[in-house]
Amino acid sequence: MRGGLGDGTYPGAVADRGERQPAPAPAGWTSGVVRDALGVGLATGAYGVSFGALAVAAGLSAGQAVALSALMFTGASQFALVGVLGAGGSALGAAATATLLGTRNGLYGLRLASLLHVRGPLRLLAAHLTIDESAAMALGRRDPGTARWAFWATGVAVFAFWNAATLAGALGADALGDPTALGLDAAAPAAFVALLLPLLRGRGDVGLALGAGALALVLTPLLPGGLPVLGVGAVALVVGLCLPGRRRPPRLEASAR
Amino acid sequence: MTWLAVLLGALGCYLCKLAGGLLPESVLASPRVQRVTGALPVVLLAALVATQTVGDGRALVLDPRVAGVGAGLVAALLRAPFLLVVAVAAGTAAVVRLLV
Repeated sequence: MRGGLGDGTYPGAVADRGERQPAPAPAGWTSGVVRDALGVGLATGAYGVSFGALAVAAGLSAGQAVALSALMFTGASQFALVGVLGAGGSALGAAATATLLGTRNGLYGLRLASLLHVRGPLRLLAAHLTIDESAAMALGRRDPGTARWAFWATGVAVFAFWNAATLAGALGADALGDPTALGLDAAAPAAFVALLLPLLRGRGDVGLALGAGALALVLTPLLPGGLPVLGVGAVALVVGLCLPGRRRPPRLEASAR
Repeated sequence: MTWLAVLLGALGCYLCKLAGGLLPESVLASPRVQRVTGALPVVLLAALVATQTVGDGRALVLDPRVAGVGAGLVAALLRAPFLLVVAVAAGTAAVVRLLV
């Protein structure tokens, strides 16, 4: 199982820890954890390259692309920020959209807190490394020691590969030239499709996605660039918090670092 | 302006990550909060797909992007790796743009 993640189609894809087999313990587990972490780190490189390229195509400098990967370090939010800016959105709208997409990392932090037992400055570092991949790799382990190892090893490996790949992608796109002639304007929404598909489990999710897409198109003529996406997010936030109803299980979802 | 977005967005995302360890568990564990944090990625990504495929400022247009994203969707449904999905979409849009 490559990287120990989900179906292995995407790094971090569909990593529902509740259904996982217990990790084979303990003989040589540290090397296994490190090998898995490196595998996941390498796999995220593909995202990193495309993120760097799309960021530059959307008008960011290579330095800004790398700064996002180092400071924001959560993939779907980075893609979203770049997408909103590329569509002419405001800085505030782009930042707010990215932040809304990053809220799920808070849930990972909650579930990891009792596992990691970190204090002081280390806690600030652990928060930064709290992403889909590190959470998925840690929460699947039965043994707390292995889980801590998996968290740190995966977080550090993904951070290293993600940033190096972002730089490579950004410099590559800089050298390539006209993004529209290369079809990079279609690459950005296709990247969102690839991030979205593994999240769709069942008709409810598909309906939710179709409704959100339709609402975004209705809002497009009415609001300045970038704000339709944020508007859809705000509607979902209000409806989701106000509606009573059934519990939706938390999920560790694809891709989105 | 771009740097402002980069720094504000990074700060917002970092605070989300930090909140998990700092906020009382009852807040984040509430079914409503879990439902919203589960649904937000689906909703936002779908909105981004729609607006980036046919949006152009405040106008809706059909251009080679649609063919590209369609091809990317097929590749993704066939479980192609991420990079291939993106490359198929870009290549298709570029070819259609040349032909049309």
